Amino acid sequence: MQIYLPIAEVSVNAFLLLGLGGMVGILSGMFGVGGGFLMTPLLFFIGIPPAVAVATEANQIVASSFSGVLAHFRRKTVDLKMGTVLLVGGLTGAALGVVIFNYLKSLGQVDLLVKLCYVVFLGIIGSLMFVESVNAIRKARGAEAGAAPKRRQRSWVHAMPMKMRFRTSGLYISVIPPLIVGVVVGILSAIMGVGGGFIMVPAMIYLLGMPTKVVVGTSLFQIIFVTGFTTMLHATTNYTVDVVLAVLLLVGGVIGAQIGTRIGVKMKAEQLRVLLALMVLVVCGKLALDLLLQPSELYSLGAAGGH
Amino acid sequence: MFRAFLTLLFLIPTLASAEEVVLGLSKDNVAITTSFDGSEILIFGAVKREAPIDQSAPLEVVITVAGPSEPVVVRRKENVFGIWVNTDAVEVDAAPSFYAVATTGPIDQVLSNTEDLRQKITIDNAIRSVGAPSNITDAESFTDAVIRIKQSQGLYQTLEGQVALDQQTLFRTSIDMPADLTEGDYATRIFLTRDGQIVGDYETSIAVQKVGLERFLFNMSREQPVWYGLMSLAIAIAAGWGASAVFRIFRAG
Repeated sequence: MQIYLPIAEVSVNAFLLLGLGGMVGILSGMFGVGGGFLMTPLLFFIGIPPAVAVATEANQIVASSFSGVLAHFRRKTVDLKMGTVLLVGGLTGAALGVVIFNYLKSLGQVDLLVKLCYVVFLGIIGSLMFVESVNAIRKARGAEAGAAPKRRQRSWVHAMPMKMRFRTSGLYISVIPPLIVGVVVGILSAIMGVGGGFIMVPAMIYLLGMPTKVVVGTSLFQIIFVTGFTTMLHATTNYTVDVVLAVLLLVGGVIGAQIGTRIGVKMKAEQLRVLLALMVLVVCGKLALDLLLQPSELYSLGAAGGH
Repeated sequence: MFRAFLTLLFLIPTLASAEEVVLGLSKDNVAITTSFDGSEILIFGAVKREAPIDQSAPLEVVITVAGPSEPVVVRRKENVFGIWVNTDAVEVDAAPSFYAVATTGPIDQVLSNTEDLRQKITIDNAIRSVGAPSNITDAESFTDAVIRIKQSQGLYQTLEGQVALDQQTLFRTSIDMPADLTEGDYATRIFLTRDGQIVGDYETSIAVQKVGLERFLFNMSREQPVWYGLMSLAIAIAAGWGASAVFRIFRAG
């Protein structure tokens, strides 16, 4: 069933969009990532104009994250206090990111920088997570009965002032590191047009030392607000939010997120991380190939005015 | 003054005996609805003449349909340190969003180069590119790229020999418009030619418009962007909550 999208001005198959939404929704529920880093390139691929894809994707992430976070709220796996601190940083970062984005756009190389950002970040995070979680699985197998000692190393994170107690996460740390994580993720998400979960989840686990179970819900909580903010920015400045496209994606997305959350609960944290790492690496590899292999069409068309 | 009057006198009979186009369109507006999936337009008509048919050369018909023109930036990738990067960019000042040219025969036989240039009939001439930056020597390859890319999307069509002409009087053709059309007035021109020279022409337009829900959403996104944005968010939140609630019932039941 073909459907014409009023803002994107293209006609696409409605079932294809529902399916894409559902697939990405499952991942979103499982890993607590918005799924934007997968969906945005997929939308480019089926012919949605990039500006519309990025803006609409932000709107869709709001829906799937909201659906996912409700399930986490019921299981009390959302650290609201930590989420709020991250959010304050995130909104600041997103605003900063938009400024940086527009500056890069004026230089005319925004495409390349966005792609390089993807390759570098996905590559680093993917490999680190993969190595770490494979090691964790191996250790768990080796010392079966032995209670795995929790790594509570006293790093710089613990030596900072302005300490705060995050009860749900079981942490007593300074608010500065989460604020910095929030800002960095905000900047990157504005530049890369994604929710930023794939950066935030590892940052929360490895930098802040939060328990994996809490990380997913808290990340979703923060993503709702940052992507909501981005949606409004795009809707009011670029007029590129396509509500018909968003509805189709989110119908699939919210259902997928519910399924994904349930799959996620049944899996071990290490297995979850290995899978997420593999997926991040696959997307990274695909984008890297695009940059390295000679494209079949060397020329590309763009709307004028955006020099 | 007198000479001018004389020439006019000479011109009048030729104008009167000229061949005129009487045109019909299967539809003069294309409504973009939610289920819009492209459109086929049948363009047909007759050649009206007072004098007997001119036998000096066969009559040929050229039909063009052009969507609204817009400036387009064409970027070219180059391999820099192993990575394919956009390097050169040329702004094509005006490229039609859609362009179809249909003829009764091969274009170079139906139409002389001069007439083509004057009336901007073939796609190459319908695209206007004024100045490329001075560091780019092969500006033409950029306009060629526009044509190549748009052709592959079905937005530019050259339909040589696709106009049927009966008895040098009745002509018809059909043009397929793809689903991703831009809104606007699509200028439709019909040229009658003999021996490559244009002997008659006619111009009309086909209105391509979004209607119903498409129109409403598009207007809202431009005129009330804040409400549009809030509406999008409200839908997202409601859908997220709805799905969660439905699944909860499933689990409970």
